Amino acid sequence: MRRLFLESIARAPLPEKLPPPDAELVALAAELDAAARRKLGRSLSIRHVDAGSCNGCELETHALQNAFYDLERIGLRFVASPRHADVLLVTGPVTRNMREALERTWQATPDPKWVVAAGDCAIDGGLFVRSYAVSGGVEAVIPVDLRIRGCPPRPMDLLSGLMALLQAPRATKHDGRP
Amino acid sequence: MGRFLDLEGAAIAGHRPWPRFVVDVEQWRSAAHRLADGACALGGLWADSESVHMALIDAKAGRAVFSLPCPDRRFPSIGQFHPPAIRLERAIADLFGFVADGASDTRPWLDHGRWYLTHPLGQWTQRTAPFEPYRFLPSEGEGLHQIAVGPVHAGIIEPGHFRFTAQGEAVVRLEERLGYTHKGVEWLMAGADLSTAAKLSGRVSGDSTVAYALAFARASEAALGIEVPDRAHWLRALMGELERLANHIGDIGAICNDASFALIHAHCGILREKILRAADFCFGHRLMRDCIVSGGVAVDLPGDGRARLLALLEELRPYFARIVDLYDNTASLQDRTVGTGILRPELAERFGAGGFVGRASGRAFDARRSLAYPPYDVLAFDVPVLHEGDVNARVWIRIREVEQSLSLVRQILERAPEGSLCAERPHAAGGEGVALVEGFRGDVLVWLRLDGDGRVARCHLRDPSWFQWPLLEIAIEGNIVADFPLCNKSFNCSYSGHDL
Ligand code: SF4
Repeated sequence: MRRLFLESIARAPLPEKLPPPDAELVALAAELDAAARRKLGRSLSIRHVDAGSCNGCELETHALQNAFYDLERIGLRFVASPRHADVLLVTGPVTRNMREALERTWQATPDPKWVVAAGDCAIDGGLFVRSYAVSGGVEAVIPVDLRIRGCPPRPMDLLSGLMALLQAPRATKHDGRP
Repeated sequence: MGRFLDLEGAAIAGHRPWPRFVVDVEQWRSAAHRLADGACALGGLWADSESVHMALIDAKAGRAVFSLPCPDRRFPSIGQFHPPAIRLERAIADLFGFVADGASDTRPWLDHGRWYLTHPLGQWTQRTAPFEPYRFLPSEGEGLHQIAVGPVHAGIIEPGHFRFTAQGEAVVRLEERLGYTHKGVEWLMAGADLSTAAKLSGRVSGDSTVAYALAFARASEAALGIEVPDRAHWLRALMGELERLANHIGDIGAICNDASFALIHAHCGILREKILRAADFCFGHRLMRDCIVSGGVAVDLPGDGRARLLALLEELRPYFARIVDLYDNTASLQDRTVGTGILRPELAERFGAGGFVGRASGRAFDARRSLAYPPYDVLAFDVPVLHEGDVNARVWIRIREVEQSLSLVRQILERAPEGSLCAERPHAAGGEGVALVEGFRGDVLVWLRLDGDGRVARCHLRDPSWFQWPLLEIAIEGNIVADFPLCNKSFNCSYSGHDL
């Protein structure tokens, strides 16, 4: 352990020696920092909800936490309960079997709150939209503030999407049922 | 004429590559007994408009599909003799409305009462009757309490419901309730053209998109009699091994994380990211989605792809070795994984559990070896097997398989032949095909029937998780509730792949 640990310390931190797309990330981080501070102090808490995804979108959402994207360093973090969340990041088409769970998660999230539909399925149901088992995209069930395309969206797209959310603050906040 | 188990008879023409036999009730029952005796393994059980089909995998006799016509929409339950079939029969009842005679558990499985119709793939009707609340199995006894978890969980994971009955800290029973991510994939498949169907198959379980696309492609190629060009076989295997590497390494990190050892998780996350970036560079998509098509592959390795992958191997091998070293030498971590969540070998065998779940419990099946589809028939690799069946064994199987995959990627890069990428697709022709492919999680089965226009008439996709989820219920018994995330992660079953 000591060796791996020491090597990691001796090595330049990963996020700084990133290939070109990640130079973007450094800029993004600075911007996000300013925007997030304006809205919510220093940080934004995200609760992920899989409303019926194929799990591809989850893989890339997970990747946001690895050392390359390291979303926590810019004040974004995933939380375990909707009651602690500012943002619901919803993936997948909303299956009929998950619809109620999604609604209830949304209701459990305190205002002000934002909903991000991440991935083609979350936006409009994707390839599954015709199915008897699918309600449609997230918008069919709860109001959506931001859409991030991709199947699945790349981690960089997820990051810049969350950025965009912070830069276009909504005048109104959601309350009541959809 | 063909012969399988005790059955002598004419195989259905146009079903490839395994024979398909139409059987009578007696033969169907006798197959059920053979399964119960452990003479062969259940590869899948699914329905069609007027029959039920069962895939049987026998180490000696080979593989076959048995079909039982059931015009009255009833068939003798396999599950009453062979429990791995129980959930498959419940799914058949939900989707087709076929009754499994003699089945002990007739509760719905995928149907949660939320669809506007019943039996969507069979003779469907508008839902009118109210849906009964789901009956969880009763557990009674002094000092027992229940903990209900899900479908929305605390982490970034898929939805499912777990009901624990615990006595103090120890789990007395776990009951799973799945089906939340049911998207109606098989219904969407019906009538789809080959390219739409291939895309759907690649979205059954996102982490296994290569394996599913490959299984679908191979089944359709079998049905249509397509000869896939050599280079395509090799590139498919290359994608498959990259997918295995990324997932196994991600899993090893996630398991350690669930044992509160975040350092390995962080390093595995870095390795996984490097693999996905290399995959993106080579095939234009981090998960290599939609890269495999019926007839071959849609993308070639770019000119500098080989060098990029060789460099990746160069970096991965020593880095991974140090992670393994750390795992092996951290007593506090081993304390959590050794002896936790033991799956006994008899059960792995009985359920035909594939992947690391089966191979950590003594079941040596690996479709790349046992069915040796190209190019695995000419590649050198070991199929690691352990017998302890605990979380630690499931970690070690992954570690050994990562090492094997690293070697496979190198062999593929050194030996892949040049040539065309995709065969011509024949003009409209029907047929039936089946394929069994080794994904990172285990063997994926795809069976399909194409109509005369080359569209999918019926396609069934069986995730390895069908035979792993029930075993998780058993493996957790007697463990403390706090070890569930660890056990669950070491199984890493797919929700979406199972729910379809
Ligand atoms: S957008 Fe793509 S990756 Fe995400 S859930 Fe849908 S099919 Fe899966």
